[in-house]
Amino acid sequence: MTSTDHQAEIAADKAARKRAKRMKRFDNPWLNPKLIWGAGLLLAIVALGLIGRMLWNLELVYTGSTPLKLPPLGFENLRKQPGVLDYPLGTDGSGRDILALIIMGAPNSLFVGLLASLIGMSTGIVLGFTAGFVGGRTDDVIRVLSDVMITIPPLLILVVFQSAFGDVSLTMMALLIAGFVWQSPTRLIRAQVLSMKQSGYVQMAQLSGASTTDIMFKEMLPNLIPYLFGSFIASVTTAIVTAVGLEVLGLGPQRIPTLGRTIYEAINAGALIQNLWWWWGIPTLLLATMFIGLLLINLGLDEVSNPRLRKA
Amino acid sequence: MSEPVLSVRGLKVYYATPDGDVLATDDISFDLERGETLGLVGESGSGKTTATSGILRMVSSPGRIAGGRVTLDGEDMIALSDEEFRKRRWSKLALIPQGAMNSLNPTMKISAQIADVVRTHTGAAPDRARVLELFQMVGLPERIYEMYPHELSGGMKQRVCIAMAVALNPTVIIADEATSALDVVVQRVVAQTLAKVRDALGVSMIMIGHDMGLMAQMVDRIAVMYAGKIVEIAPVADMFARPGHPYSKILIESVPSLTERRPMKITEGITHDPRNPPEGCIFQLRCPHVNDGCTKPQPMRELRPGQTVACHRAEELEGAHV
Amino acid sequence: MGRIPRKYLINRLITLALTVLIAASMIWVIPRLSPVDPAEIALGRMASGAGAVANAEEILAQLRAQMGIDQPLIVQYFKYLKGALVFDFGLSTATFPTPVSALIAQALPWTLGLMILSLVITFVIGNLLGALMVWDHSPKLAKVAIPAAMVFTSIPPILSGLLLMWIFAAKLRWFPLTGAYGLTVDPGWNWAFVQSVLHHGFLPAMAIVIVTFGFWALGMRGLMITVQGEDYVKLAEAKGLKPRYILYRYMIRNAILPQITAFALKIGLLIAGQVLVERIFAYNGMGKLLYDAILDQDFPVIQGVSYVIILITALSVFIVDLIYPFIDPRIRHEGG
Ligand SMILES: Nc1ncnc2c1ncn2[C@@H]1O[C@H](COP(=O)(O)OP(=O)(O)OP(=O)(O)O)[C@@H](O)[C@H]1O
Ligand SMILES: [Mg+2]
Repeated sequence: MTSTDHQAEIAADKAARKRAKRMKRFDNPWLNPKLIWGAGLLLAIVALGLIGRMLWNLELVYTGSTPLKLPPLGFENLRKQPGVLDYPLGTDGSGRDILALIIMGAPNSLFVGLLASLIGMSTGIVLGFTAGFVGGRTDDVIRVLSDVMITIPPLLILVVFQSAFGDVSLTMMALLIAGFVWQSPTRLIRAQVLSMKQSGYVQMAQLSGASTTDIMFKEMLPNLIPYLFGSFIASVTTAIVTAVGLEVLGLGPQRIPTLGRTIYEAINAGALIQNLWWWWGIPTLLLATMFIGLLLINLGLDEVSNPRLRKA
Repeated sequence: MSEPVLSVRGLKVYYATPDGDVLATDDISFDLERGETLGLVGESGSGKTTATSGILRMVSSPGRIAGGRVTLDGEDMIALSDEEFRKRRWSKLALIPQGAMNSLNPTMKISAQIADVVRTHTGAAPDRARVLELFQMVGLPERIYEMYPHELSGGMKQRVCIAMAVALNPTVIIADEATSALDVVVQRVVAQTLAKVRDALGVSMIMIGHDMGLMAQMVDRIAVMYAGKIVEIAPVADMFARPGHPYSKILIESVPSLTERRPMKITEGITHDPRNPPEGCIFQLRCPHVNDGCTKPQPMRELRPGQTVACHRAEELEGAHV
Repeated sequence: MGRIPRKYLINRLITLALTVLIAASMIWVIPRLSPVDPAEIALGRMASGAGAVANAEEILAQLRAQMGIDQPLIVQYFKYLKGALVFDFGLSTATFPTPVSALIAQALPWTLGLMILSLVITFVIGNLLGALMVWDHSPKLAKVAIPAAMVFTSIPPILSGLLLMWIFAAKLRWFPLTGAYGLTVDPGWNWAFVQSVLHHGFLPAMAIVIVTFGFWALGMRGLMITVQGEDYVKLAEAKGLKPRYILYRYMIRNAILPQITAFALKIGLLIAGQVLVERIFAYNGMGKLLYDAILDQDFPVIQGVSYVIILITALSVFIVDLIYPFIDPRIRHEGG
């Protein structure tokens, strides 16, 4: 073999070893960088809500408690007013402090998302296992119902609900959204149960005398956890998107500050043309951060449960 | 002897893993003579498929071709550009894949999958008559012309793969366990089909498998592989009558026989870590005749004309029972 | 050849009918559970226009009769369903006495146009990029640039809409801020109008595309990685087929199938997202109609718009389901 051949071989070996090292870093699924970054972003938002409540004057969320339309610190608005330290993220068109608004508002969105998904997931898990295990008529009903309900966009039903009822509370909104996020986990679990029933190992467990509930919760659920986690994050996203959508239409809770409602008010007040970018921009940025965090968690989870995605 | 149609020298294919390279195919060399059928046997995981993918230049990440030379019809295959090599594929070197069950595109008709390879390499799609002729050659009914893969049985899919392989009259066909996924009866029938087609076209062939019994009927010479290395190459008759390597011997004696009941000799698979093979003979950890000399390198050497073996005790052990 | 199995067709039809029935029923039931009386709202509106109303009780009764809410519930329900079948949702209370269906008929083409355009663009681009991320022969750039763009994937289109609006309409003034066409052009088949429509539609469409293509790209990437490992792709390579042909005929062709199913499942959310984009751009579609109706508490319009959007969603799913057997031969034959 010529020496250039040999050098090429050494280079290839080196590259291979580097590649191998990179693979090794993924050996502990919880050290997946995407997962860590995603969780970090969400925790930062929760921390903003918690620490902010302790340190900041929350009275500033009331209308008229601050001067109007002040820019964030270090900027100037169209009237040449500079930002001031008392209202570091600026103020809105009706005299409210943006920082106080987001401290109050940001955790609300996460709360709605988490509550709605928790309820939706629990329902989905029960229905999915029931459909998969019981089969027959029950399965037919659950399957058709989830096929039907997955098509109906929650936003519109919620719009109808709120136009008829007036105000809603955060919890009520979460409950309503929960009615539209159980379908995916139901379908997922049903499909998994059916395929696992075919694969040998549930039959093995049955042969060794385990009861159906035992099989469900001790044998199958642990295997489904990565998928369920992914499905959970996806429904948190759907729930927040729906809640924010409702708020941007001027619906949603009327008496507590939410990020979506702040954006709604900004648009209505013509904040875009008046270049009051901080008014709508800061809540938008915060929501975007939240969604990116959720996405990163989901991508990380995908890589944990499907090693092939880790390459490249 | 004339020049071999396919010649493989020092081929190495390694897979990168977090704990080091798996030496799946490590420094193998052999020749395939024109018109000959060479059997390549070895237990599961010995690197037969990997060797094939090295020859076909189809090693994908995390694997890589770590060295070696492949010459087909006097042409150096490793030196060719990707595009030039692509043109040689199938027209000169065709494959009957190991997993014929999943080797057909589920969203394309059978006939279209035969037609596309012909169109790519000859510039013109085959007419219906030509496709039906191929079907007939491998014993497939005409009605599958309009069918999709999921409508075919396993045996039929296997025949489709054979028909596809011969569609361009290639110089060499590699049949990777063309029959092992099938039930015993169909296995024999498909093997006969393969032999018939081979004889009709006079194509050279590498037949991979672990069924020594089937090999005995189908091939001219046998190469025995163990843990990424070829340990013996011999004409069929010699291989069965006077196997030179202890591992070949075990393989042959494991062929069930009606006249004589023997206990099965092979009880375990490859025992060493494929990332870290032992110094010297690759088989030493399982060999019943191991001695001090086995830790020295064991190059292939000629035992008698046509029979080469990688064992320093081959002469000594000849005739001895395992 | 090419026939849809009957059992499959019947199944899909039942799902379609049930979806529409259940959605329509929800829209009808929810307001009946509310203590708010639509007749009183209407009366309140009259009162605010005319000062005091003398014979309030009498007018209330009249209004109830007009709205049909003096009849037994079951009669109301079937009348409503019958109406919904022919898109008769009564009269708008805000722009009385315009029929709701007339308002919807005006808004619908805009929404459908924007929807088809943006959904198709995003689906095609997203899947293509996802496939290129995996394909061995893609330019290097594809493997670096696409994942970077992926960060926007889960942001709802209203947020991207706001950003685009601020940058390209408010600051740079390259595009108009709101509306579906300029005030100075004549609606009709003339070049000025078409140009104005395209100019106005660009930002709303982009708002949807930039945040949704990544979803498809990500899904496609995962599917392509799976397909890449399939035996039939390996054999296609061994056959010496051209890489580009393998990409679309062997890889994308198979990887796209689950994406199409996902498309059907996602349509509802995508359309809801679009409705919001229409609202912030004050685009003359269903979103604006809905938003105005919410402001005016124009209940028949809210009902009608919601119903029609859900119907569009259900029909889109149905159409995708009908197309599916033609692209997946396995469904065609098994009738699953
Ligand atoms: N992608 C991969 N990564 C790591 N190791 C691999 C990979 N593919 C194959 N191997 C290893 O390479 C070795 C040889 O595999 P190969 O498929 O060539 O065996 P084989 O002789 O064809 O076996 P069989 O008779 O079962 O088909 C095995 O030890 C296998 O574990
Ligand atoms: Mg193999």
